[in-house]
Amino acid sequence: MPSADCLIPLPVRFFKAVISKLKDGLAKTREVVFGGLKNLILGRKLDEQLINDVEVMLLQADVGVAATQKLIDSARADFKSGKLKESKDLLEHLKAGLRELLGGPQTELRTAPEGFKPTVILVTGINGAGKTTSIAKLTHMLKQQGLSVMLGACDTFRAGAVRQLEIWSERLSAEIVKGQQGGDPAAVAFDACKAAIARGVDVLVLDTAGRLHTQDPLMRQLGKIRSVVGKQIEGGPHETLLVLDATTGQNATRQAEEFGKVAGVTGIILAKLDGTAKGGVVVAVRAASSIPVKFVGVGERPEDLQPFDADAFVEAMFSE
Amino acid sequence: MFERLSEGFSSVLRKLSGNANLSESNVREAMTEVRAALLDADVSLEVVDAFCKNVIADAVGREVTKSLKPGEEMIGIVHDRLVQLLGEMPAIPEGASAQEAAQALMADGPGVIAVSPGPAIVMMCGLQGSGKTTTCGKLAAWLKKRGRSVMLVAADLQRPAAVEQLATVAQQVERDLPGGAAVTFYGEPEKSAEYGKAVGVAVGVCQRAVSAARAKGVDTVILDTAGRLHVNDDLMGELQQVKMAVRPHQIFLVTDAMTGQDAVKSAKAFHERLAVDGLILTKFDSDTRGGAALSVKSVTGAPIRFIGVGEKLDALEEFHAARIASRILGMGDVISLVQKAKEQVSEQEAAELEAKMAKGEMTMEDFLKQLRSLRRMGPLKSLLGLLPGIGSALKDVHIDDKQLDRVEGMVNSMTPGERKKPGDMAFSRRKRIAAGSGTKPEEVGGLTRQFATVSEMSRRMASMSAAQKVKAVKELSAQGGPTSMIPGLQGMPGFGAGKGTTATRSIKDRFKKRK
Ligand SMILES: Nc1nc2c(ncn2[C@@H]2O[C@H](COP(=O)(O)OP(=O)(O)O)[C@@H](O)[C@H]2O)c(=O)[nH]1
Ligand SMILES: Nc1nc2c(ncn2[C@@H]2O[C@H](COP(=O)(O)OP(=O)(O)O)[C@@H](O)[C@H]2O)c(=O)[nH]1
Ligand SMILES: [Mg+2]
Ligand SMILES: [Mg+2]
Repeated sequence: MPSADCLIPLPVRFFKAVISKLKDGLAKTREVVFGGLKNLILGRKLDEQLINDVEVMLLQADVGVAATQKLIDSARADFKSGKLKESKDLLEHLKAGLRELLGGPQTELRTAPEGFKPTVILVTGINGAGKTTSIAKLTHMLKQQGLSVMLGACDTFRAGAVRQLEIWSERLSAEIVKGQQGGDPAAVAFDACKAAIARGVDVLVLDTAGRLHTQDPLMRQLGKIRSVVGKQIEGGPHETLLVLDATTGQNATRQAEEFGKVAGVTGIILAKLDGTAKGGVVVAVRAASSIPVKFVGVGERPEDLQPFDADAFVEAMFSE
Repeated sequence: MFERLSEGFSSVLRKLSGNANLSESNVREAMTEVRAALLDADVSLEVVDAFCKNVIADAVGREVTKSLKPGEEMIGIVHDRLVQLLGEMPAIPEGASAQEAAQALMADGPGVIAVSPGPAIVMMCGLQGSGKTTTCGKLAAWLKKRGRSVMLVAADLQRPAAVEQLATVAQQVERDLPGGAAVTFYGEPEKSAEYGKAVGVAVGVCQRAVSAARAKGVDTVILDTAGRLHVNDDLMGELQQVKMAVRPHQIFLVTDAMTGQDAVKSAKAFHERLAVDGLILTKFDSDTRGGAALSVKSVTGAPIRFIGVGEKLDALEEFHAARIASRILGMGDVISLVQKAKEQVSEQEAAELEAKMAKGEMTMEDFLKQLRSLRRMGPLKSLLGLLPGIGSALKDVHIDDKQLDRVEGMVNSMTPGERKKPGDMAFSRRKRIAAGSGTKPEEVGGLTRQFATVSEMSRRMASMSAAQKVKAVKELSAQGGPTSMIPGLQGMPGFGAGKGTTATRSIKDRFKKRK
């Protein structure tokens, strides 16, 4: 007996799928589609008050005082000199500035040189940012592209951390290399590299324990993991991703700075963007460093990872 | 922690201190900077604006108390408003001694509720990764230390291995942490499921756990729920169901202290759904400016009960509004310092010293004793960081603990009579002491002069009432440092002497000002 779904004409089914996907927590996308506050701006006359209101939006998106001031000052100057005439011009002006800052071609995942395997991806960040879950999502994405993935459970510290990654590896059918609770994470990285080479996998993703960027010994440990990887696999880790929690405020700039310095971060995953937080702090992060945002996390399921889209992100910053 | 915010405030208030009056325009000007400092500290915009409005209203038109400078008056106003925002300051009884006053300020808040007959039911809630599970373990440790038995309940069936994580945490508390009560675990790991597939199952788990706890006579049940977004209707509904099913005595909202502007939205939503009773801010060991504390407190009105200061299970501190407010203001954490000092100096010693100080009989011996106990308290720099106004000035200064050895050396080279009453010493005596301690006669002279100042200050302080003392400490704080709180510290010669950095000089200048 055919299921009821088959009786619904294809376009309707498509729409239903899209809508349920939107409802499922893709708040960002939903906002982009429905416009939200953006219309509120566009419906108004361009004046000082509107500029002030837009400034408030940026501040409330966690862009930070300094970066907001810079953006608003330049907009205000252009408004005074008559370059910006309508609210649409203001919005475009700001969006262009933000897009230029956030976008660019560096948002692609880095890989080992053509013909070499495996690509090693090291995932770092502070406690509870969303590292392990992001790894699960990344694994899902890579496997969808037909690549084989192996996981290395280098978080030997937090209770249940290894088991958490292991459950993901089972759900996603990816091999996993584990060490002992409380063991040396660099040793696990070593074993994982060896195994990845032996098994000929395309990508090795290493999970690490959460650490605060202020904890010197733990930060140095990241350096040790990196050098262990580099010795096993030419040029590895090829990509070092810093996971930032989108609800984080200005402290994220400190995180990017320190992890960037010590762990050689080459990209950012902005997790938890499915809530009401706008994650605007990446604007401040990007203004201070060259680290690009590469992915955004929008939920807790494997499919909830999206490549970073500067346009959509900027649109969402100006919507309710 | 709040250090950076403190620095921001310090600079703002320094500017004001030159002005003779609190006019509307200079108050407003100062407040634009306060506003930026608060925003940079991640206090939410609506909270910041309301706060600034209140402060301006309090300040404008206020007659500056004769003895205070406008900057100090302004600090007072901002401080009071901050304390009000963060939580009430405990009352200090009239006529209390300095120690009683300090005790009142440091008194334990209600912490975790105790009920009879038990068990007290405590429910945790919050966003994903905020630190709920870890904090459950910390609360269990806190309770165990106070002789109260705990059952930790794994009600997160969504995050992979969350049940196992809590089981491990419970085991660690039971095995490794001090105290005289049992910490047990309740979980139904087989009920865990993929995202969205176990919604509602936690309700039954919690009910069965509470029954089990009641049967076993456990004092406190702590429910560790799954992290969820405040906009997720189903999952927020599940929390309400748990609440209805087990009627918790206390609901804690666990928030990451690094949270930005979004803190108000999520806290508001959790509070609207659950009416939370208390707040716990985690990851306060980071270098976050911690403005989220103000935001969540302001939108929920619930008291901040604890702060998490590390991953370890004993890294939990009770929250004290007055301390944190002072810290934000760059007034340093006088009370923390007093508490630290108390840990090192016995009550009796303290009482004796207080009596001596009151009579102006403090000797170099006492000074040396203080110095030694100070050194036992920890590295000098971290200690001084607790003192108002000094923390930021010291940031780039290298303090050599060896300087203290010189002081010790000098005191040790004095005769018993000299130690009792160093007074103005003849050059020959200073020369002898210098030779005996490998220092210079000028240094010896500096030490005795500073000692005279300290004992005079101490004598004056000792004769004040408790209320006056607290006030004096506050005023001293505003000027740059109540170092006389710890006899001996103020008189210590030359922090980093000879290095001549501007920072060291400015500290010295401040000391001078008060002489
Ligand atoms: N809503 C939401 N939750 C997330 C996202 N990424 C991670 N989480 C949740 O955040 C919590 C911490 O994630 P985890 O990956 O364990 O963090 P880690 O400590 O950095 O490894 C878990 O409850 C995850 O399910 C996201 O993009 N959206
Ligand atoms: N540095 C630090 N880390 C903490 C603190 N509280 C929790 N964590 C860490 O934050 C991460 C998430 O904590 P967890 O209890 O799993 O959060 P939950 O998802 O809310 O249950 C873990 O890596 C914890 O070790 C704290 O006060 N300081
Ligand atoms: Mg993890
Ligand atoms: Mg948990």
